Amino acid sequence: MTLLGSIALWLALLMGLWGGVTGFVGGLQGRSDLQRSARHAVFAMFAALAVAVVCLEVAIFRHDFNVAYVAGRTSRNLPTFYLWSALYSGQEGSLLFWATVLSLFAALAQVLTSARHRAYLPFVAGVTCLVASFFISVMLFAPANPFARLPYTPVDGAGMNPQLQNPGMVFHPPMLYLGYISITIPFAFAIAALLSKKLDVDWLVAIRKWTLLSWLFLSIGLLIGMWWAYVELGWGGYWAWDPVENVALLPWLTMTAFLHSVMIQEKRGMLKKWNLALILGSWLLSIFGTFITRSGVIASVHSFTQSNVGYFFLVFLLFAGAATVVLYANRLPLLEAETTLESMVSREASFLFNNLLFLGIAFSVLWGTLFPILSEWVKGTKVTVGPPFFNQVNIPLGLALLALTGVGPLIAWRRASLPNLRRQFAVPATTGVFVLLILLVAGMRDLGPLMAIAIGGFVMGTVTQEFARGAGARHRQYGEPLALAALRLIGRNRRRYGGYIVHTGMVLLFVAFAGMAFKTETQATLRPGESVTLRSPYGNVYTFTHVSVSQYDALNRRVTAALVEVSRDGKHVGRLRTEKRQHVDALGRNTFEPSTEVGIRSGLREDLYVVLGGLVNGTEQAVYRITINPLVWWVWFGGYVLVAGGLIVLWPGGGSPAVRRTQAGYAVKLEAK
Amino acid sequence: MMDRWNDGKMECERREFLGLAFAGFLSLVPTFQRSNGVQDSLAGSGPAGKVPDPASAGRPMTPLTAADTDAYYQSIEKKLKCTCGCGLDIYTCRTTDFTCTYSPNLHRQVVALGEQGKTAQEILDAFVAQYGQQALMAPPKRGFNLAGYFVPSLVVLVAAGFLIRALQRWTRAAAVQAAATPPIARGPLDASPAELERLRRELERLPG
Repeated sequence: MTLLGSIALWLALLMGLWGGVTGFVGGLQGRSDLQRSARHAVFAMFAALAVAVVCLEVAIFRHDFNVAYVAGRTSRNLPTFYLWSALYSGQEGSLLFWATVLSLFAALAQVLTSARHRAYLPFVAGVTCLVASFFISVMLFAPANPFARLPYTPVDGAGMNPQLQNPGMVFHPPMLYLGYISITIPFAFAIAALLSKKLDVDWLVAIRKWTLLSWLFLSIGLLIGMWWAYVELGWGGYWAWDPVENVALLPWLTMTAFLHSVMIQEKRGMLKKWNLALILGSWLLSIFGTFITRSGVIASVHSFTQSNVGYFFLVFLLFAGAATVVLYANRLPLLEAETTLESMVSREASFLFNNLLFLGIAFSVLWGTLFPILSEWVKGTKVTVGPPFFNQVNIPLGLALLALTGVGPLIAWRRASLPNLRRQFAVPATTGVFVLLILLVAGMRDLGPLMAIAIGGFVMGTVTQEFARGAGARHRQYGEPLALAALRLIGRNRRRYGGYIVHTGMVLLFVAFAGMAFKTETQATLRPGESVTLRSPYGNVYTFTHVSVSQYDALNRRVTAALVEVSRDGKHVGRLRTEKRQHVDALGRNTFEPSTEVGIRSGLREDLYVVLGGLVNGTEQAVYRITINPLVWWVWFGGYVLVAGGLIVLWPGGGSPAVRRTQAGYAVKLEAK
Repeated sequence: MMDRWNDGKMECERREFLGLAFAGFLSLVPTFQRSNGVQDSLAGSGPAGKVPDPASAGRPMTPLTAADTDAYYQSIEKKLKCTCGCGLDIYTCRTTDFTCTYSPNLHRQVVALGEQGKTAQEILDAFVAQYGQQALMAPPKRGFNLAGYFVPSLVVLVAAGFLIRALQRWTRAAAVQAAATPPIARGPLDASPAELERLRRELERLPG
């Protein structure tokens, strides 16, 4: 199977290179035979890579430990669930996964793009083929071949890193990869628009679903990553401003900025240069993120992904970046706006400030991530840039952005009048002030959380007002019950009201983030029967009683489980179990250092988070760290809301033909004519 | 014998039954005795029993001391980075990654410096002197590090300035363009003031 896999990789590389050449030449010379050939090369490349994936999966499931990748990432007793994820749990497999998904997306772009946008497709084929060829080249020419064989066959494999043996890790990497990879399609359309000089709104229409899809995958990937960090790493939080987390956030920020600013181009024919730059930049940031993740140039908890292939990505990034910038600069004269801004107080202006803040946060995250390298270059001094730095710089920007989330929908397109502003802002501003007063009366004095929750109240006031007005109008016009009117309102204008649901998700996330400012924690050494108490931020006293320690074997590990009984203000709440896991291979040999499984009791108000530190001298006397994390449940719920909103926006159809045409950018085209 | 045991009725002689029952009882006695050995699971009942396989429970721990849970030392440790490469601060690392051998030593170093009478700042300075600036979770706000803290805010402010100027330029251009465009000739409206007022109200009710 490995021979077949290797042949498939070589074939995919040849197809990719052929598709790249024929795509560009066919597109530039208008030769339909080459264009057709490029299209077929995309399909052939996908087929070859799919064969390679099947070959690797077969090797994994057959426990073919003569294959270095299989021996290094799996073991005979690895649960089937994780055998699937072993495909992308290591460097070589994830590169194969990446190239395969990219070729799948490339093929889908060829198939699903409507006839109206066919002119872009040869270039799209060319770009996607070349990018995929790069990934295949890394596998074949860098030491990253997933089918490389060992000179001997181990009896059992080394097993999978215990931190990766978590459901979150089965879904987090592919979701992030899907987000990263799918940005290549909008990027390819942008390059196609630049090369073909077809720079009206058509290319934007062609990429709308792809940009939303990328954003959605990135959002889901980031959220699952946060969840994994929370339940698996055991430090009690979900975002540590780790360099790899940061670089995953960067394209999400620029894509979110794009999803806002693209509306200005569609409605007003403005910001053409800006939108192109955002798409091109997002893709370059995704490659940059891959470089950071895989090079180990900055210390990170994701060190299991590091190797010397990172520098291949650096070279690729520099080359692709230079080519993109030259092409972009060459086409700038063709990217003049069709209309101009009429007022400083307009929806367009608020979107521009929104973009400024998104890009400002992206820059500060990038700056903070790279500052240790910069400091070493400039001063020769190694510094650490950790959460205190990022929080200090980003919290004010984040709060300003949250406020703009509420301001934007309240301001009219083109020009807002003072009476209009007064009417629009009355309810949301009152809601925000009301929430602020309640918090002050309740005794909250921490400025950051206070502002986050109050501004959240303001944004929710905006969202509620928008829904109430829209549903009210339908109720009056069609006599629909309000609930039905609200549902139909969403259905008729999915982009707008789905967007408001995304805003609601963001508010919930911000409020939940603010909650973590009030977390409380303690440590204790407890014999069975002994207790420790901890006061929650709400004033409840929790008692944690160490019940017992038990040891048993399970699947591929020896488990040491500690049981803790919890009561709140004297009333029994439940039991929590936290574990130490010593993973073993099929021969019973230890494979990794013992890992910790956190005991979590999640509630609407707070999470109880218990970590077994270890046992004292091999007895049942246990060392615990116990944390009460307020509002964490709302992070996950806010994530669901955000994703649901994104899906509503993404869902095809909805709205009258006139609305759809306007959304599709035809308003601008007709105006321009 | 086999037939008798497999017909589902479990028929056997009284002697066999008593023998089996006695053997079963004997096999249970040691179990109860082991259970009695871990009766310390009951509240406050004395020393904790040994677990069967201590090695699989991670690094052996020692009972926490007052210094381990002292909020003062914790606040200092949260400003200092663990040197194991995890990227976490000393406090978080030693209470999260229990396989780390660096963070407990660094913690002991913090406590030792504190017990020598050093202030929090002096402890931080001692770490910087020994491990360099990278010992701190955030660089000190001096010298080149100021660029780290202020460049992002500065960039955002400068960009905001440029954006406001661009917006002003665009709006002025729009105003000039609007003034140059001849107004659209409007005929008399075939609507009463009451109808116009009604139209205005209806338009205001519309979403967006």
